[in-house]
Amino acid sequence: MSKVDLSVKIGSLQLRNPIMLASGTVGYGNEISEFSDLNKLGAIVTKSLSLKSRKGNPPQRIVETPAGMLNAIGLANVGVEEFLKEKIPFLKKFDVPLICNIAASTVEEYVECTRILDSEETIKAFEINVSCPNVKDGGLQFGNDKNAVGNVTAKVRAVTNKPLIIKLSPNVSYISEFAQVVKDEGGDAVSAINTLVGTAFNIFTKKPKIFNTNGGLSGPAIKPVALAKVLEISRKVDIPIIGIGGIMNWKDVIEFMIVGSSAVQIGTLNFIDPTAPEKMIKELEDYCLANKVEKLSDLIASYII
Amino acid sequence: MFIINSPVVETKQVQENIFIQKIHSPEIARIIKPGQFLNIRVSENTFPFLRRPFSICDADGGHIFLMFNILGEGTKILAHKHPGDLVDILGPLGNGFSLEGDYKTAVIVAGGLGAAPFPFVTRKLKSKKNIMSFVGGRTKQDVITYGLENLILSSDDGSIGYKGNVVQSLENILNEIDITSSKVFACGPNAMLRVLKDFCLKHNLDCEVSTECAMACGFGICQGCPIESTSNSDKYLLVCKDGPVFNVKDIVI
Repeated sequence: MSKVDLSVKIGSLQLRNPIMLASGTVGYGNEISEFSDLNKLGAIVTKSLSLKSRKGNPPQRIVETPAGMLNAIGLANVGVEEFLKEKIPFLKKFDVPLICNIAASTVEEYVECTRILDSEETIKAFEINVSCPNVKDGGLQFGNDKNAVGNVTAKVRAVTNKPLIIKLSPNVSYISEFAQVVKDEGGDAVSAINTLVGTAFNIFTKKPKIFNTNGGLSGPAIKPVALAKVLEISRKVDIPIIGIGGIMNWKDVIEFMIVGSSAVQIGTLNFIDPTAPEKMIKELEDYCLANKVEKLSDLIASYII
Repeated sequence: MFIINSPVVETKQVQENIFIQKIHSPEIARIIKPGQFLNIRVSENTFPFLRRPFSICDADGGHIFLMFNILGEGTKILAHKHPGDLVDILGPLGNGFSLEGDYKTAVIVAGGLGAAPFPFVTRKLKSKKNIMSFVGGRTKQDVITYGLENLILSSDDGSIGYKGNVVQSLENILNEIDITSSKVFACGPNAMLRVLKDFCLKHNLDCEVSTECAMACGFGICQGCPIESTSNSDKYLLVCKDGPVFNVKDIVI
């Protein structure tokens, strides 16, 4: 039995600790389970699912940038039907809350995906991706429009009683206004932030380094932006926040919690060290013991400004 | 698959800007197969940020060998590792070449640094098969012969061997090869693999190629390395997991 209480709550969703694996960085769990005991984690979030399978963008999809990377995968995924048939049986074996991330091109598609997945008891919550920068339709066009985010939240809320998390775009002026809309329309929490729009060019060919021209920037390069966005939401809106953006170690987790995150998601780091998230859990415990923190959740929004 | 810190034993330069690094890593050496790869983190900080994929050049007696040129910051850091310095290795990754089979002659086709996986292939095959190694590059400096046998060299500028590309070099002596009992193993730039694919399909030569693509993780979670499949246009294959070695018939190059 742990001497420290690491558990956190996202609405009605109880997590044994705040370490979640971010959508798009764990596939459907099978590959990363070779490196990490998924049962120790707070939760895992699936690769974005759409109603029909998506092929994704042609190569090049990834380029390294200073302290980060750009990706334009294009929401390649197996679609909800194959997910339920082929991927859920594997995920059922684990005792870790499974959160399904959903990406769609229309409000109707978000609703239909959620409705189909809602009856699967292995799925404990939904994270709605209204902020993918890498697809032509949907994605950012939703994430940049408060009415659209509100509409998606309300319509999806109507078809599920499971915790509903909306993953917000940082590519807006005031992210807290979007978090407020999510709260007003019945969302239980927000994830902040998705990737920042970025690009990189080859100076000899004068062509973009990735096929899609723009990609989503992730990694420690975006951590200060993510912390500022989480803090903005935390100060203005009373809603649980899942902090995401360039977390590389346990200290980053603590920092995200101090500025207002109830939990965090580890993303790009999984590509470099898929064993790191599990290790952080022990390190968080050590931090709490050394600093006389009895409940890790006491750190949430404990900032002094 | 392991993630393991392994010490560098030595790094030697075998020709201009081509390095062979010997690393003590018995866990990986024991199980890795020719054509598989390793995803290596050369630095503990965020510069460079991602791992770098390297073909396994050879593996023997508890040691693994990498072949690389200094192309950017990652390979520069790697080349300057001292004996005893640790290298953070994730692997073995990917599928590797299918070396088994009742073919008699292995036809190796390597362009530039595409020679990297073939010392291991050569060592595994030389007691069982005839080997012919067609090795090419843009100039003499790009023609890498380390660990290869029965060489037929070519260069685009004619500074060494046949003047022309490596596939033309193969075509020149095609009549000396029994096509029905040969298998081609190739690695090199996409432009070379594309020409080689057409050539092998035309002459009905069985051919496996090792492909390359920018990637982050190396084991399937980032979805960063798609390659078009000939059998299903609705879905990409992944270079890291479904490859990096493919039969040329299965992929669009």
